[in-house]
Amino acid sequence: MKKISFSLNGEQRFVYITPNEILLDVLRYKMGTKSPKCGCDTGDCGACTILLNGKAVRSCLIFAVEVESQDIVTLEGISRDGLTPLQKALIEHNAFQCGYCAPGMILSATELINSNPHPGEEEIKEAISGNLCRCTGYQPVIDAIKHATKKH
Amino acid sequence: MALPYEFDYAKPASLQDVLVLLAEKGRGARILAGGTDLANELKQGFRVPDVLIDIKGLAELQKIEIRDQRLSIGALVTFSDIRLSGVIRDHAYVLYEAAGLVASPGVRNRATMVGNICSAVACMDSASPLLVHNAMVHCLSMEGERLVPVQKWFVDNRKTLIKEKELVTHVSIPLSSVKCAGAYQKMMRYTGEDLAAANVGVLLFADGRCHVAFGSVGPTPKRSAKLESHFKTKGVNKGSIEEACAMLPGIIKPISDVRASKEYRMHMTKVMLERAVIQAIDRLKVPTLIRG
Repeated sequence: MKKISFSLNGEQRFVYITPNEILLDVLRYKMGTKSPKCGCDTGDCGACTILLNGKAVRSCLIFAVEVESQDIVTLEGISRDGLTPLQKALIEHNAFQCGYCAPGMILSATELINSNPHPGEEEIKEAISGNLCRCTGYQPVIDAIKHATKKH
Repeated sequence: MALPYEFDYAKPASLQDVLVLLAEKGRGARILAGGTDLANELKQGFRVPDVLIDIKGLAELQKIEIRDQRLSIGALVTFSDIRLSGVIRDHAYVLYEAAGLVASPGVRNRATMVGNICSAVACMDSASPLLVHNAMVHCLSMEGERLVPVQKWFVDNRKTLIKEKELVTHVSIPLSSVKCAGAYQKMMRYTGEDLAAANVGVLLFADGRCHVAFGSVGPTPKRSAKLESHFKTKGVNKGSIEEACAMLPGIIKPISDVRASKEYRMHMTKVMLERAVIQAIDRLKVPTLIRG
């Protein structure tokens, strides 16, 4: 067992792992962080998305041992002070049904908004591509992101 | 939970330490950069390593720089880094365009271009661009640096000329002294995750040379000398493009698999070749752009 420590949602945490453990599993079953989910387990579906040093990545394709000293934010971490304007817009637009893809969609859109506060539709589509939704068909998600990022 | 077999993990602090470890472990070592291919491969248990050597601690492998008239792209440069690089956009436009079509942003944020050509899955996006740009692969071991032209790099599906104990440190692309413009076309079912069922890279030079490469229509990506000499003799125009498309059945050997039938691949490769060459012609006309 190897001890690794890293920042998880703003808190310094540590955990004992072996090099063959996948980050997604460690986050869910050892750290109790349940928003990243296992969908395809091959990096295609986006359900396991987390922000690693601010960038949306697939936690199912990262070994836990790789994140020593890194900064991780999951969905739990972005709404610690209440829902973000993006999350409120997603609720208003009934953008999700089952919610399985929601963490990945929200974190991917959050990465986009952090670097580009007023994205165009194509940029929004590109940012959330690779997050597969089987319920609402993407359009309400795109509408909500547009709504949350439009210039006032 | 954990993968069903154990291995060690090392994150060396210097290039020298990586090479020493590689020399010691030989085939038992696997290099870990972005890990998007490697993690999938290990989950399937194809080839279990003794040790993963994580190279993400080596800042020198993160560089994108121009040195001695060559554009150099380090082993840790991700596809997202490529999309944000003005230098790559200006000097290796085909690669820049292809990088934007690799999987999705969540994968591009992690996956590296060098990892892509080391995994060497036949449908990779980096190969056709690197082929038309005449790239060179830089391999380093305790014995020193070995240079392999990318045209010779790919041996078979998932097989390259890399030797045991070697690390690919970077790929370099010669800067063109002649104005040039290119295009990348990828056939896929939808944007944002799909692998290429076929792809075409074209680089057209103002002096009339036209480099053409195909991916995912054979076990390895390939340049076509036959098409390139055809364009050299006939010029690049509507008629010669049509003839080039008609020559394709003698040049590429697509197969049928889960992503497309060989007939569909053949048809679409013709369509993509035409589109890519026409795009390259149009882009070459833009007066202010000198793009590779």
